[in-house]
Amino acid sequence: MSQADVVVGGARAASPLWQLSLFRSEVTSVFRRWRTIALLGVLAAVPVLVGVAVKIETGGGGAAGHDGAGPAFISQVTNNGLFLVFTSLAATLPFFLPMAIGVVAGDSVAGEAHAGTLRYLLVAPAGRTRLLCAKYASTLVFCLAATLVVAVSALAVGALLFPLGDVTLISGTDVSFGEGLLRALAIAGVVALSLIGIAALGLFVSTLTNSGIAAMATTVGLLITVQIMDQFPQLHAVQPYLFPHYWLSFADLLRAPVYWDQLLDNARLQALYAAVFFSAAWARFTSRDVTS
Amino acid sequence: MEETATERAAIATRALTKRYRGGQTAVDRLDLFVPRGSVFGFLGPNGSGKTTTIRMLMGLVAPTSGSAEVLGAPMPGAVRRVLPRVGALIEGPALYGFLTGRDNLVRFDSADPTADPRTRAARVGAALDRVGLAAAAGKKARAYSLGMKQRLGLAAALLQPRELLVLDEPTNGLDPQGMREIRTLVRELAADGTTVFLSSHLLDEIEQVCTHAAVMARGRLLTQGTVAALASSARGRLAVTTPDTSDAVRVLKEQGVTDLVVVDDRVTGDAPGACELADLNAALVHARVRVRAFGTERASLEDAFVALTGEGFDVAG
Repeated sequence: MSQADVVVGGARAASPLWQLSLFRSEVTSVFRRWRTIALLGVLAAVPVLVGVAVKIETGGGGAAGHDGAGPAFISQVTNNGLFLVFTSLAATLPFFLPMAIGVVAGDSVAGEAHAGTLRYLLVAPAGRTRLLCAKYASTLVFCLAATLVVAVSALAVGALLFPLGDVTLISGTDVSFGEGLLRALAIAGVVALSLIGIAALGLFVSTLTNSGIAAMATTVGLLITVQIMDQFPQLHAVQPYLFPHYWLSFADLLRAPVYWDQLLDNARLQALYAAVFFSAAWARFTSRDVTS
Repeated sequence: MEETATERAAIATRALTKRYRGGQTAVDRLDLFVPRGSVFGFLGPNGSGKTTTIRMLMGLVAPTSGSAEVLGAPMPGAVRRVLPRVGALIEGPALYGFLTGRDNLVRFDSADPTADPRTRAARVGAALDRVGLAAAAGKKARAYSLGMKQRLGLAAALLQPRELLVLDEPTNGLDPQGMREIRTLVRELAADGTTVFLSSHLLDEIEQVCTHAAVMARGRLLTQGTVAALASSARGRLAVTTPDTSDAVRVLKEQGVTDLVVVDDRVTGDAPGACELADLNAALVHARVRVRAFGTERASLEDAFVALTGEGFDVAG
């Protein structure tokens, strides 16, 4: 192929669909890392641990759990394996899931800067806005994948160790197993949605440094700080603005009728965090000198 | 139709300046002109601002002041229009260790929005062939030697036909055979009409491959032009081989030759500009100085470089 064939009148014509190549490449890169597989492995192990623990605890046939103690719904797991999905999501949402997101999001830009691959992506040219969008989108894919890994692992363990059947909702109504499953899927969706705030926060932190480790540590550190702040009654006034504040509202999907208030508050708060921190990440990333 | 200067330039900068936070001036009012179709050697000691210049040309670093045009379009404004036509190797290769050589190229190609996914596999294969990495394409890049990484970085720059190649130290880490291969590759690409902008530590490499060169030191451009003109600007020294060195020195001094140095049976010095060399020889013979050899040593780019920077090549600026 000679130069003349290709470079007529300057730039090559590009199909808009080709723009998606970068997003696809991002997603494959995230999931081909050992680190990602290890994170997902840890997440998949949590329902196994919880399930086995509940099974051993209730070996004699008594009711599981000690009322009010342990993760939500744990007392219902022995009656219905599907509740292991809710229990596992409630157990992983405060720390395990957001930590995994923090690792992936924190490393997304900083890790590439550290390895030097960022400069080659940018001269390809990926385009700074396009690259940042692809990074964020692939992190969101990871949020969904991580949540589904917990949910599916919990469902499998629950089905193996406990009976399945009609689901008694928090409000006392019984729904069929099929509807329970649907509600479980919806809850997984809400949990994944709950993580978009910290994903944007991690992305922003990631644009601030050339060290992937520093960005991951900072993001996870922020998560822990905010989770602790959310526990102090003295900080009552600011708590509705902390991104994990409404996380456990997903339980409201297990009512009939569903209580939407906190679910919507959560969605709004996550959208706000995503918008603010993605904008901050964009402002920083599109203006910074890439010297690594 | 008369072309304007910027149309003929692959790279043109005007008063390009970069001052990093902390006040350090990395590049100081640089006026660089790289003609299209040239193989342009970019020389300078470490820390002279070459890499910062390249980063500004590639839109990675924003200039503090001044402007830069690459392939006729302003940078960093026209990054998306210009860079698909530019292949670059900047400050050595950077790869994804957990991906194979081939998958690394697929990833970099995916980042280019003008790259056709349907021809990706074929283009990646061709680029791997071109740098001699086809056999190792399935290995994880983590297991590559520095030379192999360098080749893979070059392959990434060759994924598309390019109008301009910016190669920062392309033979770094390669063995002599690999260096020769890369030089041949650069010549082939230049023969196809690609402009090659080559920064290198190795002066003889620049001299062998380049048609034009520029020299930077401490952030400033010292000179630029054709390699031949640069080398001839450092005048060659007169060299006389004779058993009668003391007589030769006396005669040459009388003829106005300065900076005379005697090493064994060789006398070297700077002949005055207006002087005809044949007259010098005649004067020597006339004074019964026995001359075994007489001539000027060809000035190398290195002489020009030392004359310009007043320092060795590897000294940090």
